[in-house]
Amino acid sequence: MLRLESLTKRYRTGDLALSEISLAIPAGQVVGLIGPSGAGKSTLIRCVNRLVEPTSGRIWLDDLELTRLGRRGLRHARRRMGMIFQEYALVERLTVMENLLSGRLGYVSFWSSLIRRFPPADIENAFRLLDRVGLMEHADKRADALSGGQRQRVGIARALAQEPEILLVDEPTASLDPKTSRQIMRLLREVCAERGLAAIVNIHDVLLAREFMMRIVGLRAGAIVYDGGPDGLTPAVLTEIYGEEDWAASSDLSDTGPSPRPGVPDTDELVGAL
Amino acid sequence: MSEGATRYPRHWRRPPLISDGRLRWAIYAGVLVYLVVGIGAVEVNWGRLSEGWERGLRFLGGFVEPDFISRWDDIRAGLIESLAMTLTATVVGVLISIPVGIGAARNIAPSPVYLACRALIALSRSLQEIIVAILFVAMVGFGPLAGFLTLAFATIGFLAKLLAEDIEDIDAAQVEAIRATGAGWWQVLDYGIRSQVTPRLIGLSLYRLDINFRESAVIGIVGAGGVGATLNTALDRYEYDSAAAILILIIVIVLVTEYVSGWVRGRVQ
Repeated sequence: MLRLESLTKRYRTGDLALSEISLAIPAGQVVGLIGPSGAGKSTLIRCVNRLVEPTSGRIWLDDLELTRLGRRGLRHARRRMGMIFQEYALVERLTVMENLLSGRLGYVSFWSSLIRRFPPADIENAFRLLDRVGLMEHADKRADALSGGQRQRVGIARALAQEPEILLVDEPTASLDPKTSRQIMRLLREVCAERGLAAIVNIHDVLLAREFMMRIVGLRAGAIVYDGGPDGLTPAVLTEIYGEEDWAASSDLSDTGPSPRPGVPDTDELVGAL
Repeated sequence: MSEGATRYPRHWRRPPLISDGRLRWAIYAGVLVYLVVGIGAVEVNWGRLSEGWERGLRFLGGFVEPDFISRWDDIRAGLIESLAMTLTATVVGVLISIPVGIGAARNIAPSPVYLACRALIALSRSLQEIIVAILFVAMVGFGPLAGFLTLAFATIGFLAKLLAEDIEDIDAAQVEAIRATGAGWWQVLDYGIRSQVTPRLIGLSLYRLDINFRESAVIGIVGAGGVGATLNTALDRYEYDSAAAILILIIVIVLVTEYVSGWVRGRVQ
């Protein structure tokens, strides 16, 4: 269970990125964080693992108050939170396997990581994850030899290698084509379900969010303006989050996307809901 | 209004760098006057020039018939000394410049460390090799030790600066991703930064190796050992054929290192 309490972040430039955000995410819940660029989505997930230091407010992961941790404590806590990035953020010149094993860095000593000697159990688990994301034969390739979709799979596997309790996902599909985007979102949902992982997913694409998220939190100018199910994203709500726009028209546009499959709401239904 | 009614200019010229015409011409005139006066100030001794012309031709003549044989033992000893000096100085210089370069990268080093490392780099870069060599010759006497110290010192300024700048240019997202896994500072340095800068570090080290070899020939002239000392002796004795042989060997060795380092750099990218 992740709990944010009055989380506020003001950057040194004076910009207020987040103001008094309070949010609770139970285990196993996959939450989509939507909102316009600059609304504070990236800042929010970076405050959780303190890649960005919050200005005030508190964050708990179960009973551990993340905002009070010292350096060592923070390193240990970061192991429990896997992060997935927009541009994959793989270490391009390292092999796929090294990237995967880098998810174990918080658990092994500097010296064994320096000579790339990871415990056999870690290696076995890394191969299992690689197989899970379907990249078994690419283990020894350098990360920069992979396609975008493959890289993001490595990114997901790296985050899972940490054995996290929650995933922090920053625009996972922003650099991917529509089909690959859906595959990646589906993979995320599946691994979260398999492992009972909670996730916060920053996402631009409202239709993807509606299709794959259990709960949607809408952020505007650093404040929560919507918190509810994906069905509640009416044009009025979208206008509240993003500002005035012809939402029905942009939904129509998505009709050119891949044809609906069973279990996925028909795009026509979505338009109807708007 | 129809489009045909508007008349557009048919000529266009790029605006000049200095827009004020009078100022522009004043600057041109000033530069010209300075050039004329400057050339006038160079004293040319025509007698010395014709004498030197002859000596220069003899020197070039040496290249037509370089003499590798008569001073071969000296040349060989000088070359071996130079190569030893170059290699040891490069290795030691690179080993020292790695921590200095990391310390001089603004994005990872705390401010006092950054300032100290930048100061060291500035010191090393501001002193030309010959001046450093003269200093070390005065401190440790004639010979290759002075040369080794000079080249190692010069390598630190060169390599640490370029390494630091390379570290400042790395992709921050990769570093952030490694930090997010709970990795410690050293692990972030290894996985997030080292992996990004290693190819360039190897390339720069090899580049510095051939710079150091060339420099070793120059600093030998002020007494810091190596083939430069042999070259200096040959020139002092007016043995231009032996001097030519030495210069040809230096050129060949530089070409070989250039070729090898280019090949290695191509492989490690």
